[in-house]
Amino acid sequence: MRLELSKRPQHSKLFSILSPFLALALTLVAGAILFALLGKNPGTALYYYFIDPLTGLWDPDNRWQLHELAIKAAPLILIAVGLSVCFQSNNWNIGAEGQFIAGAAAGSFLPVVFPEFQSWIVLPLMLLMGIAGGMAYAAIPAILKVRFNTNEILTSLMLVYVAQLFNDWLVRGPWRNPQGMSFPGTVRFHEYAILPQIWPDSGRAHWGFVFALIAAVAVWFMMSRTLKGFEVRVLGQSRRAGRFAGFSSARMVFFAFLLSGALAGLAGICEVAGPIEHLNEKISIGYGFTAIIVAFLGRLNPLGIVAAGLVLALTYLGGEAAQISIGVSDKVVRAFQGTILFFVLACDTLIHYRVRLVSGKATTSGEAAHGNV
Amino acid sequence: METFELVLLTIATAATPLLIAATGELVVERAGVLNLGVEGMMIMGAVSGFAAAYMTGSPWLGLIASILVGAAFSLLFAFLTLTLVTNQVATGLALTLLGLGLSGMIGEAFVGLPGVKMAVLDIPWLSDLPLVGRLVFGQDPIFYISILLVFGVSWFLFRTRAGLTLRSVGDSHKSAHALGIKVIPIRYAAVVFGGACAGMAGGDFALVLVPPWVGGVDAGRGWIALALVVFASWRPWRVLAGAYLFGGVSIGQLHAQALGVGIPSQLLSSLPYLATVIVLVLISRNRRLTMMNTPASLGQPFVPDR
Amino acid sequence: MKKTLFALMASAAMLVAGSAAAQDKTKACWIYVGPIGDFGYSYQHHQGLLDVQEHFGDKVETAYLESVPEGADAERAIERFARSGCDIIFTTSFGFMDPTNKVAAKFPDVKFEHATGFKREHPNVSTYNSKFHEGRYVQGVIAAKLSKAGVAGYIASFPIPEVVMGINSFMLGAQSVNPDFKVKIVWANTWFDAAKEADAAKALIDQGVDIITQHTDSTAPLQVAAERGIKGFGQASDMIKFAPETQLTSIVDDWGPYYIERVQAVIDGTWQQNDVWGGMKEGHVVMAPYTNMPDDVKKLAEETEAKIKSGEFNPFTGPINKQDGSEWLKQGEVAEDGVLLGMNFYVQGIDDQLPQ
Repeated sequence: MRLELSKRPQHSKLFSILSPFLALALTLVAGAILFALLGKNPGTALYYYFIDPLTGLWDPDNRWQLHELAIKAAPLILIAVGLSVCFQSNNWNIGAEGQFIAGAAAGSFLPVVFPEFQSWIVLPLMLLMGIAGGMAYAAIPAILKVRFNTNEILTSLMLVYVAQLFNDWLVRGPWRNPQGMSFPGTVRFHEYAILPQIWPDSGRAHWGFVFALIAAVAVWFMMSRTLKGFEVRVLGQSRRAGRFAGFSSARMVFFAFLLSGALAGLAGICEVAGPIEHLNEKISIGYGFTAIIVAFLGRLNPLGIVAAGLVLALTYLGGEAAQISIGVSDKVVRAFQGTILFFVLACDTLIHYRVRLVSGKATTSGEAAHGNV
Repeated sequence: METFELVLLTIATAATPLLIAATGELVVERAGVLNLGVEGMMIMGAVSGFAAAYMTGSPWLGLIASILVGAAFSLLFAFLTLTLVTNQVATGLALTLLGLGLSGMIGEAFVGLPGVKMAVLDIPWLSDLPLVGRLVFGQDPIFYISILLVFGVSWFLFRTRAGLTLRSVGDSHKSAHALGIKVIPIRYAAVVFGGACAGMAGGDFALVLVPPWVGGVDAGRGWIALALVVFASWRPWRVLAGAYLFGGVSIGQLHAQALGVGIPSQLLSSLPYLATVIVLVLISRNRRLTMMNTPASLGQPFVPDR
Repeated sequence: MKKTLFALMASAAMLVAGSAAAQDKTKACWIYVGPIGDFGYSYQHHQGLLDVQEHFGDKVETAYLESVPEGADAERAIERFARSGCDIIFTTSFGFMDPTNKVAAKFPDVKFEHATGFKREHPNVSTYNSKFHEGRYVQGVIAAKLSKAGVAGYIASFPIPEVVMGINSFMLGAQSVNPDFKVKIVWANTWFDAAKEADAAKALIDQGVDIITQHTDSTAPLQVAAERGIKGFGQASDMIKFAPETQLTSIVDDWGPYYIERVQAVIDGTWQQNDVWGGMKEGHVVMAPYTNMPDDVKKLAEETEAKIKSGEFNPFTGPINKQDGSEWLKQGEVAEDGVLLGMNFYVQGIDDQLPQ
């Protein structure tokens, strides 16, 4: 008995749509088993994880949770949209976390260093500087890849640690709030530097979520309807084919990294100017890495990523609710997220390949040479 | 001299888990598979090693447990990437996330408990020799295993037929397949070996370095191990050099702080990572040399046509 | 114990969904920055929660959230508690300061208690803290008595006032026994990273210190010290069982008395905003039993502790000079609380450069 894969001549459209749902269903099953093993009622646990945060849809008292979903999902979606372009072009940007921090720091420059400069133009400038900061930081692994042939996975990853430490130094040293009793962190941003909330009466959701949606639609449009999108996909699948078509893979490296760096930087400054309202050493809690899951869960399609970002935000919020209500630890959330990604990847196979269970061993040496799969 | 010897000892202790994990991953990549899940496998190994040692009282059983769990965890990766042909980068990351989450959950039962430590070697006369005594004869058993591992892997890869076969699979899986070599089973074996090594490295953390169980005990060392493989141009002895170099910089910056060197501690803390980037750049600069050294099929999916 | 806790939280869950909950029971809620299993800071806060449970029994419901990051998530966690019927919410880490005040503005009927902070922007926000440095002074005395090399190793976390105060107090205590005592400091840049703390301890010991003390939360440094045959001090909780032959004493944060007092105030309706900085006298700071030292040292430690506890002696009493030699406190002058709470300089005799 063995599994045999045979490549489909064309991607299965059915499974393209079905696969994420299948993955989620499998995750729910796995989750239920996990909770049962932990001695908790699976139904209750799953309710708290996935349904409770959504009760705001019909219960006005709980509407604030919907806002929280948006707050949590916004950076995830922004970063993941950028990553989707990177991954499709075969540029593995694992350092989005570092670019997020770089953008947050760069965007904080104005309110921290020139707090007296108060005008409506401060916020747009901050956003632009955040984007620029993320782009500049993402340029480093891009340059190293193109000029020095250095593996971008490792360089972008190492730079995450460097960014974290640099930010730590900034908020404890030159940018530390002089009235802050020597605690790390900058001054609170003045009111012109705060990202406004969309509907302040019902919750904290800020414009970062709107940016995320706009970015998703824009990138979706680029990828599916423009030549650039075609270029991304072709170069991702085959550099040679791309070269024959006249595309430059070196320029694509820059394009992909700069785009994802820009979006990650935007996410960073939105997070800092929005919910947190100042720069401190705790701004990044792994959004850059969770965004990778979001990107794959959304099947590297920006519209799917919006949904995926909301799903993952759901698990974060649900995890908190579950922690309080039934005493499940917060580590379960991480395990959940890893499991989702696993099932997504496994189910994706169904899109590219037809899978069959074949019985019996290979009969001739010729067939044996084809190997077990 | 005493201080120097002690410092070398701490460097060796810090470098050992990196060395083991990197050597294992080296074999995996030589077979053409890129497993980014080293971090996840390491921490699963660490938590299982700790748990087993705690419950049985024997550090050796803990070590065995960490090896087995690392191997088992890597089977998950192997099934997805080799049988279901999923994207290796994403699957490796998923493995890491799952490992971090699961180990955190399992570890909860053990948080803060004092661990069972592995005893260091103590040969009556040899261990007391100045300088070399403790360094060569007074370390914990896993250190010796790590050195033997480098010997063993180097010998296997470059002096045996099986090693040649494995390398050929990594260099060109299509040609190897055409020659009748069973690509997939070999890759399975390599991945499991890599998992066992990563698990052992995690066990080293739990049993030698940091006895009390705490979450995130390895603090990102799995990624460093991956970098070391590239840094070493996929050669076992260079992995040794890299591991000790990284260990040296990490320990060195702590000493610099203790000595009161006036450089901001964050800069010192970032030195190991910056050093890794710089070395990677230097190593990879020569495109032809890199291409000659890299297993050509690294990371590419393999599905035999009918 | 755990089952009771879960049962209590399960009943709390039934009140979560609707905000129209009958308020017969008082509900007290805690937010921790780390895991309760860290056997350090958050663990001790949780012990306070358990003390409250034990003291009030059925009259008070409790709930808690652990490992809440201090960034954007903190506000949501606090708001979640506020919406779910908590009457008093304890936010136990400095980084929760702004979120606590923000949520407090929206929920004027809920009481908020913020640990180790200084902002009280609304009448329903209190702050509380402990004079950990009093314990450090005693530790310094012990260290100088026991150390043959005259140098101690200090694994510090972040250069914030509380930590700097601790280092200074430790040195002052040591200098009262041995004016030439030295301290070597490593900044781990983390509250909790066992591997890093272990490495730092090894580095310090390799450089010749023979006493270890820490302001980080894991048991790793003590265990390293145990291996190397060196004595050390625990942190935040009694770590004796991790290093039975090594721990001299530990500063134990005992939040129980304060928590019980505040919850009682809520029940009685007498809760008022306050800013409490309690030390040994109020029972906030407790020293773990003195072990692994000769009797005369133990006696001196107990005497010193008694003097601080009775209020007779304040560790920061002049004459004290700053690190650069300039005079800070005159003979008999006692440091002001405000200066201590914002402390960013070393006292004379410390060779480290304070990261600025």
